[in-house]
Amino acid sequence: MTVIKPKKTLSWGDFKEIWQYRELLLFFAWRDLKVRYKQTAVGVSWALFQPFFTMVVFSVFFGGLAKMPSDGIPYPIFVFVGLLLWQFFSTALTDASNSLVGNQGIITKVYFPRLILPISTILVKFVDFFIASIILVGLMVFYHYTPHLWGLLIIPLLLLISFFAALGGGLILASVNVKYRDVRYALPFFIQILLFLTPVIYPPSIAGKYSWILAINPMTGVIKAARSALLGGAPINWLLLGISGAVCFVILIIGFVYFKKTEKYFADII
Amino acid sequence: MPIISVNNIGKKYNISHRQGGYLTLRDALSNAFGHPLRFMKQKAKAMAGLAKKEEFWALKDVSFSVEPGEVVGIIGHNGAGKSTLLKILSQITPPTEGEIAINGRVGSLLEVGTGFHPELTGRENIFLNGAILGMTRQEIAAKFDQIVEFSGVEKFLDTPVKYYSSGMYVRLAFSVAAHLEPDVLIIDEVLAVGDADFQKKCLGKMDEITKKEGRTILFVSHNLQAIKSICQKCILLEGGKIKTMGSVDEVISYYLSDPQKASYSVVWPESTAPKNNSIVLKKIAVVGSNGNLLKTIPAGSDFNIEIDYELKFDTVAPGFTLGFWNSQNDLIFVSISNREENFYGKKVAAGNYKTICHLPKGVFNEGLFSLSLTFFEENFSNSNSLSNIIVFKVEDDAYGRNDYVGDYPGNLRLLLDWQTKLID
Repeated sequence: MTVIKPKKTLSWGDFKEIWQYRELLLFFAWRDLKVRYKQTAVGVSWALFQPFFTMVVFSVFFGGLAKMPSDGIPYPIFVFVGLLLWQFFSTALTDASNSLVGNQGIITKVYFPRLILPISTILVKFVDFFIASIILVGLMVFYHYTPHLWGLLIIPLLLLISFFAALGGGLILASVNVKYRDVRYALPFFIQILLFLTPVIYPPSIAGKYSWILAINPMTGVIKAARSALLGGAPINWLLLGISGAVCFVILIIGFVYFKKTEKYFADII
Repeated sequence: MPIISVNNIGKKYNISHRQGGYLTLRDALSNAFGHPLRFMKQKAKAMAGLAKKEEFWALKDVSFSVEPGEVVGIIGHNGAGKSTLLKILSQITPPTEGEIAINGRVGSLLEVGTGFHPELTGRENIFLNGAILGMTRQEIAAKFDQIVEFSGVEKFLDTPVKYYSSGMYVRLAFSVAAHLEPDVLIIDEVLAVGDADFQKKCLGKMDEITKKEGRTILFVSHNLQAIKSICQKCILLEGGKIKTMGSVDEVISYYLSDPQKASYSVVWPESTAPKNNSIVLKKIAVVGSNGNLLKTIPAGSDFNIEIDYELKFDTVAPGFTLGFWNSQNDLIFVSISNREENFYGKKVAAGNYKTICHLPKGVFNEGLFSLSLTFFEENFSNSNSLSNIIVFKVEDDAYGRNDYVGDYPGNLRLLLDWQTKLID
C-alpha cells in the first residue's frame, strides 16, 4: 500500500526506505565506479597517481623547502596519512554536492529516496581510499618505517566520522546546488581553503594554544588520531576526537533535516 | 476495492519555479547584501504572508479511482496537467494537497531508458535501468534472456550503448521497461519514440500484458489511436481539472468536439507576456476578413490571424512562424512571415505593431485546429516558441463539396485542379 500525500520533513520512515532501496544504492555506486574507471584511460591507476603526486609535491615544497615540522616522522609518510583521509573527505564532499544535479535526468523521471544519491557517491570513495592506501604501505617499506599495527583498529571509526562529515556537508550543499547553480563553481575554492584549515600538511601543534579552534573542523580530530594511532608520537587525543565526532554529528543532523525540507521541490526546479 | 484512489489532489507551483533558468547564489547574495533594507522588507512581507506570490495550480481537485485490471487513458491539451498528474502518481513530486492511495507496487515509465549511461554496455545498462525502474537484481537476472530477445540487440550486448543507433537504444530501453512487473504501470508518451514497427510491437506487448496478466495501467498519450486500442476508460484533463471521464469512445469524441475548447483570442497581461529582447507580445486573435472575432470559421471563408506586439526599440523587423496542428496534435503545416515583402533587414521604429497572416478559404477541412507561434529577431535569432495558444474550429459549410455529401476526411480541404483528357 503506497500513500502519496503532501511531504513532511524527516521521519524514521526515511531511513527504513533507504534500507528498502539498498540495492539501487549499490547499483548507483557500481555505476559510478564502472564509469569512472572506464572513462579515464589510465583506469584504476588514476586513484594511485593523484594522491601519489600530490604527496610528492607537498613533500618537496612543504617538507623539503619550507621545512614544515612533522613530529619526527618522515614528512612523506606524515603528509600522506593526512592526505589519504583528506582526499577521501574532500572528494566525497565534492561529489555528494554534485550528485543531485548530476542525476537530474533520473530525478525528474523516477521515484526513489533522493538520499541514496549522495550516499552512493560517497561509497565509491571508499574504494579509492583503499587503492590509495597501497601507496602508504609502499612509503613505509621505502622508509623502513614500522607503523603501530594496533592503530589500524581505529581506522574504521575514523573513516566513519569522515563519511558522516562529508555526508552531512554534502547533503546541505547538494540541496543548495539544486536551487543555486553557481554553488559548484564556488565549491572547489571552498575546499581548497578548508585544506589549509585542516592539519594535513602541518601538525596541529603549529597553531600553539589556539589549536583547539581547529578541532571544530571534524577532519582535524580524525587526521590527528590517525597519525597518533599509526605513527605513534603523542597518544590519541580522545577529547579532540570526541569534539570532532560531535561536530560531525551536528552537521549530519542539519544536513538530513535541510535535505528533507528541500527535497520536495527537487524534481520541480532541478 | 479500487487499486488506485485519488482524492482531491492539487499541485501548486510558484511561477518563478516554472520560468526556467536557474537562480544563482551570487544574485541571491548580492540582493541580500547590496540592498539589505529592501531584502529585509521582502523577507518580512513574505513571512507575514503579504508578499504578492504568483501562484499557479497545475492540478486542482482531481479525484478518481481505478479498479484492478483497468487500463485508463489520460488525454488533454499541453498544459492541461497530464504530466503533473503522472509525476505525482509516480511520486516524483509530492502533491500540495490531497491524498492518493495505491494498493500495490507502482512502476512508472515516464521516459524509456531513464538512467542509461552511454559508457556502460547494453548488458550493464539492462541491470542499471531495471534497478532504477524498481526491479530487484534477481528479477532482472531471471528475465534477462527475455529482455535481450525482445530487444533484438543480442550481438551488441557487450558494446557501450554510446555506439548504438538511436533505434537500437530505444528498443533495448523499451524491452527493459516492458518486462517490468508492477501491479500498477504508469506510462507517459513513451511510444512516441522508435520506428513504426517497433511501436506496433510495443503496443502488442502492452496489450498482451493487460489482457493476459490483468495489470492496471495508466497511459498518457497524444496518440488517440493508441489510447483507443488499449484503454477501456479515459480521463480528459483541462486546465488542471477533470473535464470528463468515462468510456474511451465517449471521452474521445467529447474531446474532439468540445466547443468550449475553442478560444479565438489570447490577450497577455504585461507581467506574463511572452517576450524576447525587443518584442513583447500583446495579443493573438483569429478574426474574419471584416475584422470581427470569429466563433467558428466556415470552411468557405477567408480569415486572418493577427499578432499584436510592441517593439521596445528601433530594430530590424521581427519575424513569426505560425504552426497549424490538428486535434491529434500532429503538425499540419507552418507558415513563416518572411513571405512579407522586403522582409529581410527592414528597419522599424519602436512602437506597437500588428502583423497579419491571411488564410484564404479552402485551406482547412472541418475540425479543431490549434495554433503555435514562434517569434524571432533578425536572422531567426532569439526565437521563442509557444504551443497550443489558440484552438479554432472550422465548420463544414459545404464549400467545395459540389454535390458530394459523404465523409470528407483529412485535415485540409484544398481545391486542386483536375483535368481529364482523351490521350488515345
